Amino acid sequence: MKNEYAIQAIDLTKKFGDFTAVDAISFDVEKGEIFGFLGANGAGKTTAIKMLIGLSKPSSGQATIAGYDVYSQTELIKEHIGYMSQKFSLYEDLTVLQNIRFYGGVYGLSRKRIKEKSAEIIERLNLEANARKVVADLPLGWKQRLAFAVASVHDPAIIFLDEPTGGVDPATRRQFWEMIYETASRGVTIFVTTHYMDEAEYCDRISIMVDGKIEALGKPGALKSQFEASHMEEVFLKLARG
Amino acid sequence: MKPSIQINQIGKTYGDVMALSDINLEVETGELFGLIGPDGAGKTTLFRILTSLLKPNAGEAWVEGLHTVKDYKKIRRIIGYMPGKFSLYQDLSVAENLTFFATIFGTTIQENYHLIKEIYQQLEPFKNRRAGKLSGGMKQKLALCCALIHEPKVLFLDEPTTGVDAVSRAEFWQMLKRLRERGITIMVSTPYMDEASLCERIALIQGGKILSVDAPEAITNSYQKPLYAVRTADYYRLLNDLRDTDFAERVAPFGEFLHLTTREKMPEQEIKDFLLSRGHSDIRLQPAKPTIEDVFLDLMQTT
Repeated sequence: MKNEYAIQAIDLTKKFGDFTAVDAISFDVEKGEIFGFLGANGAGKTTAIKMLIGLSKPSSGQATIAGYDVYSQTELIKEHIGYMSQKFSLYEDLTVLQNIRFYGGVYGLSRKRIKEKSAEIIERLNLEANARKVVADLPLGWKQRLAFAVASVHDPAIIFLDEPTGGVDPATRRQFWEMIYETASRGVTIFVTTHYMDEAEYCDRISIMVDGKIEALGKPGALKSQFEASHMEEVFLKLARG
Repeated sequence: MKPSIQINQIGKTYGDVMALSDINLEVETGELFGLIGPDGAGKTTLFRILTSLLKPNAGEAWVEGLHTVKDYKKIRRIIGYMPGKFSLYQDLSVAENLTFFATIFGTTIQENYHLIKEIYQQLEPFKNRRAGKLSGGMKQKLALCCALIHEPKVLFLDEPTTGVDAVSRAEFWQMLKRLRERGITIMVSTPYMDEASLCERIALIQGGKILSVDAPEAITNSYQKPLYAVRTADYYRLLNDLRDTDFAERVAPFGEFLHLTTREKMPEQEIKDFLLSRGHSDIRLQPAKPTIEDVFLDLMQTT
């Protein structure tokens, strides 16, 4: 049941009792696209993402992730996506290599494949001199890039990034985004959530959620002209304040 | 008039790690001053020294004329400090936390209610809720109330807007503006460069050193190199193609556009022709107005 979209959601809805947390959202994300998923605290972002990654069953509506159904194929979804959050999932007291090996194991890669992947990641991130260092001793920017690499150790079709670049310097942040562009240029789809509107402008397209609904969807430039704003921040504030 | 905060050649090391080196700053009374820099720049260390919680290895600092080491007891009575990490009592309610902070400073909520009224009114519907159960934006507002309740002369806010959504962030900066109008000196830190323009003056800080101190406008105006905003249909290839040229000094992603700094001023057509020769389509190129991030990237490269 493969289709041309990496993510497709139609009227996806989640209710908790009388409260509708996610209210019939519909959107498509193309393969290789960098898609920004924005919304204020409490807008329903987290609930929506939980449905998309197979952790929460929708109340109604449909969605496919990498072609797999969010009701019946959640295990397949988990095998085909990567996830990285700002609170890195790296083990601080394990070395770089041990972290890669651990996650390779979790995703069921063969020993041979883990070896190949380890070499590839170490080379791509220029971590040769630090491969046997514990992660706690790495600068934040390296941890971020390693966390991204580890989240994609099983070559997923889609990578979910949950507020990936908070708190790093402008140069490190750009290195991170270049890594994302490089990955997307190989056809991997990137789904990003963030509070920071300047980060949103790095995305090909973005959606903005307000009170459970997607109130705006489009290229950052198009949204700025639609809302007569010079920055995404203005677009966001106009929508979120109603 | 004496400055509200005076910092002379402050240095701090943790073992072999240099956290701050030769920091010199003056902040005027009633100024809204921003410390702008990434994680690990030394912002928190400087706050801890100024709030008397940490002794520097070198140099001296004064807050309202009080020495941060010798007069530490007095300093603590006249400053408000909101640490980066949420430090209120999670299992006390909103009202209990506020009462607690008022009491240890020998005051009452009633006495200084005028200072926090605007902020506290937004919290009042939740005043019996435990602090640990509040949303990020609400926690931040409560922490600000607790830092204000004893009517401090100087307010130190360490990354108050980190991890808070855009709506709450905008509200928070509005509150700071109004507090400044009351004559409270405010030193606030943030890793987010876009918040720099909301301060009267800022210090850019990186690796324990101050790169530049001035009004945000003056800092962006100080960027004199030729700067262009560029985009084409293939953003990632554009980035790599421009990096390969001799004319590019720096190429950095800036949201929808790349910022291209060239070594010398050159006709836009020349850059466009180059991009056409590399097969780019949908070329958009225009002179760009430098931002704080452009300056920061430039200073990081040259220092």
